[in-house]
Amino acid sequence: MEGLTLSEAEQRYYCDLFSYCDTESTKKVASNGRVLELFRAAQLPNDVVMQIMELCGATRLGYFGRSQFYIALKLVAVAQSGLPLRVESLNTVKDLPLPRFVVSKNEQESRHTALYSSDADNPASYSGVIPPPPGRIQVKKGSVSHDAVQQRTSTDQQESTSPVVSPQQSPPTSPHTWRKHSRHPSGGNNERPLAGPGPFWAPFSEAQPGSSTSSDPIWSGHSPPPHQENWVSFADTPPTSALLAMHPASVQDQTTVRTVASATTTNEIRRQSSSYDDPWKITDEQRQYYVNQFKTIQPDLNGFIPGSAAKEFFTKSKLPILELSHIWELSDFDKDGALTLDEFCAAFHLVVARKNGYDLPEKLPESLMPKLIDLEDSTVIPVISEVGEQTGEVGYSSSPAEAPPSKSPSMPSLNQTWPELNQSSEQWETFSERSSSSQTLTQFDSNIAPADPDTAIVHPVPIRMTPSKIHMQEMELKRTGSDHANPTSPLLVKPPDLPEENKMSSSVKFTAGNTVNGYSSSDSYASDPEQIGSTVTRQRSHSGTSPDNTAPPPPPPRPHPSHSRSSSLDMNRSFSVTPGQQQAGVVAYPPAVPPRPQPSQGAGPHVHRPVDAEGLIAHTSTSPQQIPEQPNFADFSQFEAFAVSGVNKEEEDEIETHSEVLQVEKPSDSASSLRVAKADGRVEDKAPANVPTSAGKGTTPLAPPPKPIRRRLKSEDELRPEAEEHTQKTGVIAAVLASQPSIPRSVGKDKKAIQASIRRNKETNTVLARLNSELQQQLKDVLEERISLEVQLEQLRPFSHL
Amino acid sequence: VLVSIISSPPQNYPLYIRSVPTENELKFHYTVHTSLDVVDEKISAMGKALVDQRELYLGLLYPTEDYKVYGYVTNSKVKFVMVVDSSNTALRDNEIRSMFRKLHNSYTDIMCNPFYNPGDRIHSRAFDNMVNSMMMQVC
Repeated sequence: MEGLTLSEAEQRYYCDLFSYCDTESTKKVASNGRVLELFRAAQLPNDVVMQIMELCGATRLGYFGRSQFYIALKLVAVAQSGLPLRVESLNTVKDLPLPRFVVSKNEQESRHTALYSSDADNPASYSGVIPPPPGRIQVKKGSVSHDAVQQRTSTDQQESTSPVVSPQQSPPTSPHTWRKHSRHPSGGNNERPLAGPGPFWAPFSEAQPGSSTSSDPIWSGHSPPPHQENWVSFADTPPTSALLAMHPASVQDQTTVRTVASATTTNEIRRQSSSYDDPWKITDEQRQYYVNQFKTIQPDLNGFIPGSAAKEFFTKSKLPILELSHIWELSDFDKDGALTLDEFCAAFHLVVARKNGYDLPEKLPESLMPKLIDLEDSTVIPVISEVGEQTGEVGYSSSPAEAPPSKSPSMPSLNQTWPELNQSSEQWETFSERSSSSQTLTQFDSNIAPADPDTAIVHPVPIRMTPSKIHMQEMELKRTGSDHANPTSPLLVKPPDLPEENKMSSSVKFTAGNTVNGYSSSDSYASDPEQIGSTVTRQRSHSGTSPDNTAPPPPPPRPHPSHSRSSSLDMNRSFSVTPGQQQAGVVAYPPAVPPRPQPSQGAGPHVHRPVDAEGLIAHTSTSPQQIPEQPNFADFSQFEAFAVSGVNKEEEDEIETHSEVLQVEKPSDSASSLRVAKADGRVEDKAPANVPTSAGKGTTPLAPPPKPIRRRLKSEDELRPEAEEHTQKTGVIAAVLASQPSIPRSVGKDKKAIQASIRRNKETNTVLARLNSELQQQLKDVLEERISLEVQLEQLRPFSHL
Repeated sequence: VLVSIISSPPQNYPLYIRSVPTENELKFHYTVHTSLDVVDEKISAMGKALVDQRELYLGLLYPTEDYKVYGYVTNSKVKFVMVVDSSNTALRDNEIRSMFRKLHNSYTDIMCNPFYNPGDRIHSRAFDNMVNSMMMQVC
C-alpha cells in the first residue's frame, strides 16, 4: 500500500469512521459489516465498491485494516467526485472532498458528512456541526504559522469571518485548506521557517479565521486518538508537511499568528492549540517562535525579561489582566518577577492557549515547566506528526501526537504529583512552621547546647576523645610495655570519669565512658580483651555510678562504690576493703575500674591506702579504679594518692562525711602528700622531678612520670603488698613511699619512661580535672539535698513544737 | 476561620477576605473592620522601633467570647487579620505565626506579578488555594 496523504480533515474524518466501524474496538480492523454499510452509504455502485476494496487491499487481506480503511475512504471520495478509481489517484487528487456517506446509520456519519461536506464545499452549513471544542486550542507553533504565512495571504483574503471558529466558516475556508493541502505536501515544509515576529502578527489575524474554520473539521474528527493516526503511513510527507496537510497554509499561518498573539490583530482566535492530548506541549516551531520573541525583548537568551517588559508584551495579547496575572503566576516559576527563557516560553504558550480557547490550568502543566520544556523539543516525531489530527496541531502536533498521548497521561500525573509535592512541601513547611516558630528554628542551634547532662554527653565525647587518644597512645605504649594492659582502660575510663562538663551526671559519665570506651577500645587496642572488659566494666560502672550520682548521694553511694568497685575493680576483690563510703568516690571511677588485674592490683594497694582513712579509703578505692582507668593513675601511687584526694572530693560530694575523711587523711603523711599530690597532680607534674617530689609526697604527681613505672613496679610488687595495707592510711603512705622508691628507679630508667610518665601525668591531670569537676558537681548536689532536708526539718519542727 | 488582607492606609479597604465557614461572614467582616483600630494602635505603639519580623506579627489583637483576632502588618502597612474560633484551642501562637508567614510569602508572590497593581483586589487562584488549604488545616 502506498503512502497515503491525508489532510487533517480527512484524517479526522477517516479516523472517526474507522472508529465507527471498529465495532470490536480493535483499533486495528474495521468490521467488515460496518465497512460495507459505509460503502453502501456512499452510494457508490457495487462494482465501484468492489474496486475500491480491491484497491485498498482489503480483499487481499480479507479485512479492513486501518490503512485499508483509509485508502478505501479516500477512494470513495475519489469515486464520489467522479474521478476514476486508481491507486494513483489517492495522492494525486487534489482538493478531494471528503467522502460522503449518506446519513442513515448514525449521527456520527451524518455529523461527519455534514461537517466534512461543508469542508467539501457543500453549501449546507451545519451550524450544528460540532463546534470546535473549546479546549482544543490548535496552538500552532510559530513554524506552522510560518509556513502558512505565505499561503495565508491568499487565505486571508478569503477569510473575512470573525476569528471565532464556527462551522459556517469552514466552507469558505475548506476549499482553501484543500488547495493548500495539495500544496502542502510539496512545499509545506519549505514554508516552515519562522518569519519574523512582525509578519506573524499581521497574518495572525488573517490566518485565524481560516485556521479556525479549518480547525473545525479537524476538531470534530479529532476523536480518534492520535496514535491511531500515526498508523497511517505518512511516510511521504514529512511531519511538517503533514502539519500543513492538516491545515491549510492559512491555518498554519493562523497558528503562527495565533501563537504570536499579535497585538496588531484581535487575538481572539487562537484555536490552533497544541495537540489535543497534550495541549501544553510546545513544538519546535512554537518554541523557536517564542525564542525569537524573547530575543526581541531580551537579546540575551540566558537573561531575564523584567516584569514590566513582560507585562507590556503580554498585554498586547489583549487578554484580560486577570488571566494574564494568572498566566504569570503559573509561568514565573521561581517567583522572581522576571521571566527566563523557559518561563517566557511557558507564558507565551499559555497565552496562545488561552487565546485559542483553552482554559488556563490551575497549575503549570508539566510540559511547560522550565525544565521540561527543553525536553519537549526532542519529542517531536516527524513521521508521526502527520497524524496531526490531534487536536489540530498540525505538524508539531503530529509529532507530539505520539508523544502527547504518552505524555498526557504522564503530564496529568506529574501535574498531580506537582501539586502533591507542593502540598507536601507546604505541609512540610507547615509542619516545620508549626512545630517550631522562627524563633525556635533560630534557636535550634542554641538547643544544641546540652540542656541536660545526657545531651551534654555529646559534647564531652570529642573532648574526651583526645585524652582517650592520648590514653590510647599511652595505653598502646603501655601495652607494649605489657604491664599496663589495663592502664588503657583506666585511662579510658578516666576521661569518662572526668567529663569536662560539670554536668557530669552519672549518666553523662556513663555515656561518656561508653563513648570513650568504645573509642578507646577501638583505638587503643586491637586485641585487648581487657580493654573490652574494661569498657564493659566501665559501662557497668558508669551505670552503677550514674544512679548514684543522680540519686541522693549519701546512702547509695556507699553501697554503690562497693558494687561498682566490685564489678569494675578487681581491686575490690584484692583489697576487699572498699568501704562503701569511700568507694563512693570510687563510684565515680567505676568505669575506669575495668577488670584489669594489674592496674587494679596496683590501684588496689593505692586504694587501700586511702581506704584506711575514712575518706581516703574510698579515695584509694577510687584511685585504684582510677588507676585502671588511666594507666598513669593506676601506675602512680602518687596518682592514687591524688586519686584519693580526688576521690575524697567526690566522696565529699556524695558523702559529706568524706570531707572529714579527707581532712583526716591529710594529717597523715600520705594525706599531706596527697594534698600535695592533688595540687601537684593538677598542676600536672610531668617532669621526672615530679617523680621525686611525688615520691616524697607520694601523692602529688599522681601523674608523674614514674606512674607507668610505678605501675609496673607496683602493680606487680608494690601493689600487691600495698593491697594488703590497703585498708589503712599507712597503706597509702606506704604505697606512696613504695612508689617513691620506685620513682627513683623509674627516674633512673629511661627518658622514655619519663616521657611516658609525662604523658601519663598529663592524662592524669585531665582525668583529675574531670574528677574534680565531677566531685564538685556531686558536692553541689549533696549540698542541695542537705539544704532541702534542712528545710524539711524546719518545716517539721513547728509541728513538733505543737 | 477567616483570613483578610487589608490594604495599606489610608484606604484600609480589604484586598482579600476569605472565610471557611461561610456563615456569619458579615460578622467576620465587621470584626475585621473593628480590629483595624487595634492594629493601628499597635502600630503606633511601636513608634520608631525598627520593624522586624517579630514586630510584624502583632499577636492576639483582642479576644472575644467567640473568637480571637490575630494581626500581622507588613512593612508596607498592609495588614493581615485572622479570625479564629476560640473553641479552636489547638492553635498555638507558633502556628498562627507560621500561617501569617505563609500569607506574607504568598502576598509577596502576588506582588511580584507585574500584572498585579498594588491596591487591586487579589484574585489569584494560587493564593486562594493556599489560603484555603491553610484554613482547612486549622479547622
